[in-house]
Amino acid sequence: MQTIDLTEVGLRETNQTLHAQADNTNQTEWEIVNPRGSHAIACGLNAPIEVTVKGSTGYYCAGMNQQATVNIQGSAGPGTGENIMSGKIVIEGDASQYLGATGHGGLIVVKGNASSRCGISMKGVNIVVQGNIGHMSAFMGQSGNLVVCGDAGDALGDSCYEAQFFVQGSVKSLGADCERKEMRDEHLTLLQGLLDEAGIDADPNNFTRYGSARTLYNFDVDNAGAY
Amino acid sequence: MCGIVGLFLKDKSLEPKLGEMLTSMLITMTDRGPDSAGIAIYSGESKGRTKMTVQSDDPENAFDGLDKALGKAIGGTVKMSVKSTHAILDIPEGTTSAARAALEEMNCGLRVMSCGDSLEIFKEVGLPKDVAARFDISSMSGSHGIGHTRMATESAVTTMGAHPFNTGDDQCLVHNGSLSNHNSLRRRLRREGIHIETENDTEVGAAYLTWQMQNGATLGEALESSLNDLDGFFTFVVGTKDGFGVVRDPIACKPAVMAETDQYVAFGSEYRALVDLPGIEDARVWEPEPATVYFWSHNDAPTSTEKAA
Amino acid sequence: MNKHDSKGIPHTTPRQSATFTQDINSDIRRAAATGIYDIRGGGAKRKVPSFDDLLFMGASISRYPLEGYREKCETNVTIGGLNASNPIELDIPITIAGMSFGALSGPAKEALGRGASAAGTSTTTGDGGMTPEERGHSNKLVYQYLPSRYGMNPDDLRKADAIEIVVGQGAKPGGGGMLLGQKISDRVAEMRNLPKGIDQRSACRHPDWTGPDDLEIKILELREITGWKVPIYVKVAGARPYYDTTLAIKAGADAVVLDGMQGGTAATQDVFIEHVGQPTLAIVRPAVQALQDLGMHRKVQLILSGGIRSGADVAKAMALGADAVAIGTAALIALGDNDPKWEKEYNELGTTAGAYDDWHEGQDPAGITTQDPELMKRFDPIEGGRRLSNYLKVMTLEAQTIARACGKNHLHNLEPEDLVALTMEAAAMAKVPLAGTDWYPGKPNTSY
Repeated sequence: MQTIDLTEVGLRETNQTLHAQADNTNQTEWEIVNPRGSHAIACGLNAPIEVTVKGSTGYYCAGMNQQATVNIQGSAGPGTGENIMSGKIVIEGDASQYLGATGHGGLIVVKGNASSRCGISMKGVNIVVQGNIGHMSAFMGQSGNLVVCGDAGDALGDSCYEAQFFVQGSVKSLGADCERKEMRDEHLTLLQGLLDEAGIDADPNNFTRYGSARTLYNFDVDNAGAY
Repeated sequence: MCGIVGLFLKDKSLEPKLGEMLTSMLITMTDRGPDSAGIAIYSGESKGRTKMTVQSDDPENAFDGLDKALGKAIGGTVKMSVKSTHAILDIPEGTTSAARAALEEMNCGLRVMSCGDSLEIFKEVGLPKDVAARFDISSMSGSHGIGHTRMATESAVTTMGAHPFNTGDDQCLVHNGSLSNHNSLRRRLRREGIHIETENDTEVGAAYLTWQMQNGATLGEALESSLNDLDGFFTFVVGTKDGFGVVRDPIACKPAVMAETDQYVAFGSEYRALVDLPGIEDARVWEPEPATVYFWSHNDAPTSTEKAA
Repeated sequence: MNKHDSKGIPHTTPRQSATFTQDINSDIRRAAATGIYDIRGGGAKRKVPSFDDLLFMGASISRYPLEGYREKCETNVTIGGLNASNPIELDIPITIAGMSFGALSGPAKEALGRGASAAGTSTTTGDGGMTPEERGHSNKLVYQYLPSRYGMNPDDLRKADAIEIVVGQGAKPGGGGMLLGQKISDRVAEMRNLPKGIDQRSACRHPDWTGPDDLEIKILELREITGWKVPIYVKVAGARPYYDTTLAIKAGADAVVLDGMQGGTAATQDVFIEHVGQPTLAIVRPAVQALQDLGMHRKVQLILSGGIRSGADVAKAMALGADAVAIGTAALIALGDNDPKWEKEYNELGTTAGAYDDWHEGQDPAGITTQDPELMKRFDPIEGGRRLSNYLKVMTLEAQTIARACGKNHLHNLEPEDLVALTMEAAAMAKVPLAGTDWYPGKPNTSY
């Protein structure tokens, strides 16, 4: 285990040290202490390493992550895991707005709640939230899965494409062109797999699936109010 | 476009440290707003007296003998304490209007930063750390306070363009965001007789709340109606004699984090601003919902006119 | 037509309305028939005050010109030296603006890379990500970071020579885009993670930040990911150039790309293109003023775009304070867009060479703004690249000719004081005197 004290080493050197790890590094376990809500911690990683951040982070922690596993032992600021490509991010506390924005792949797990615009414009990432999520989540979501064990806020899945959403609790309101969908066997299997991967004990049968009604896919003047 | 911090103390034993805690929070938000900074502190209310904070670009001359001159003009005792470009005038209760008129008459270039029984506002152009040091904010005690760091978007970087804005006796407001209908609203409020000094969008937001409250709205009601009448992006934090409130616009994309423990309620534009608060590790931390008015008050049973939300 | 009615009373001459013109009436009929606003490519077609309304004075006795073939007039420019360890060094101050794969065919993107590289300048990706063709053929490639983040990939980000955070585009300040379903081919769909054949809507704001305070943190993140090596540009539309330039600089940009309303787009609402934004001529001076007020002129570079067509435009932009320009539409025309040799086919599409702007429909006879494999074959990327580099070199020679005539040994030594204006509008916008006077509207300490 390598430990970096962020207040002593500084952000740039910390990130450059982590970036320098190759696919075959033998230093696979890293710990960052004293994050103090700083921005851009452990962003742009591209190696199969495990980074544990001991405390809460600011904007864009683990942004554009590839391969790495980043564990945030605190709460995470806006845009955590934005544009994640692969790997895994686990947030022990709450996540701020824009969690996993435009993420292309990988998995993000939130043990607490996620805020507004969770999974905005998601492009393949899987996000599993043990608590609740805020308004405008998965806005323009293109693909990937958003799993919410608690409740979803207003306008879930507004203008979404092929991303799908599984919510165990209530949904305050659905966004434009988002509708309730049938939960078939393949969805139950998918959901069980995501919950297992996230280490969350919940019964897929208690979830409801939502996705695009596909009425906005090609412009129709009778839908003009939704634009 | 800015950083906001706010601290509302439940635990009286922290009151001597309010200024120190707010200063540290404010300096952490420097990146969000390096142009100017300001702080509103609620403290030191004394019976039969009220306060005015005034600012001058030429404090040496402007404040020289100001207490005596003003006392003579309003027919009462005026006590003055000078802090850099600001002076706190301790005046008899009920003489605020007379004092304003007298200052205007003296024509000595003073600008009124705030009026109220416990509110004092200090703000200047410059880096937050320099502004805080200039007024020795960290030595101040108080029950609650709000701070602001500004990155000016369209209006000028001046003292009067800095936040907080005084909206009415013992009331103030800070803002992060950008209002998109402030010009027409400013014209309308000016027609209604509301004094608006700058081209700053936030001042219009503040003046709007003042106007609503002059027409009988509670602060909570004024904030509720701001959600309909103000267009654009905003997170407001408002201070009153007894407490403070938070409201975000319905889109709510400017950042806002809150933390609550048995000892305090705190607000920060970023979590970073809160990391040095005592017990933050175990605090309830959350983001305020869009289009929702939050309010905390020291006053357990607010009267109907004081009731905020 | 009868000149008189049966009673011998003369008819009035038929008179078209200046309000309800034939153009307007056809717009109304089109809207009534379709129920959708007109979407098109290109930039503003209306006449606006432009660089054509400015002239250089040249040198004679009070100033001495440089000899054309012997005395050097340098054209190089360095972009992004403020924070980046590897700033971009260009031989000429004319760059290729961001145009997406998707809007353009793969071979067209390749040709832009070939032409720009041959001329010693950079090209830029667009919405939809970076293609191997353009990376392979571009010596200097600027990677656009857009609100949609279609095709956004950290591997490509690290391959880029600079990153351009796109906040706005001159054709549509404050607007997103709409690429209609016809052009979402398999490859485009895959790059953008979208189902094939559907309308692609692009967001108007970035999904994970809003405003200058957040932008500062976004810039920090991009620098951290790319190790502080490459410059970070911020591209804004010509909306409120003084404030937007100021805030981009405060947020930490190494260069500001400022795009006037003549700047093109792959597809957006016609009403947006023609009615939102300011002419390129009008936005330079406020942006330069912002740079000067912050002490950043020539430290943070200003790249001006929107209707730049010739070496004269380049020289005028630089005289007004820009460090470089970017061309988009002009580069496409150099490649062969709207060439009269396809007139018959333009006619079949209901248009004519020069007016074709339905780029989003993917039926471009020139094979440039299309994803149709048959049409794409018409375009040869090697020849296209050659044409573009020729054009860039001509523009550079033209700008040098003017600069030498004004006695300058470097293009960036051109000044506003080298210019006069032909119209009151241009004088006011460019803050240069009306020709034959020492005055422009709004000049301090004067009245009119």
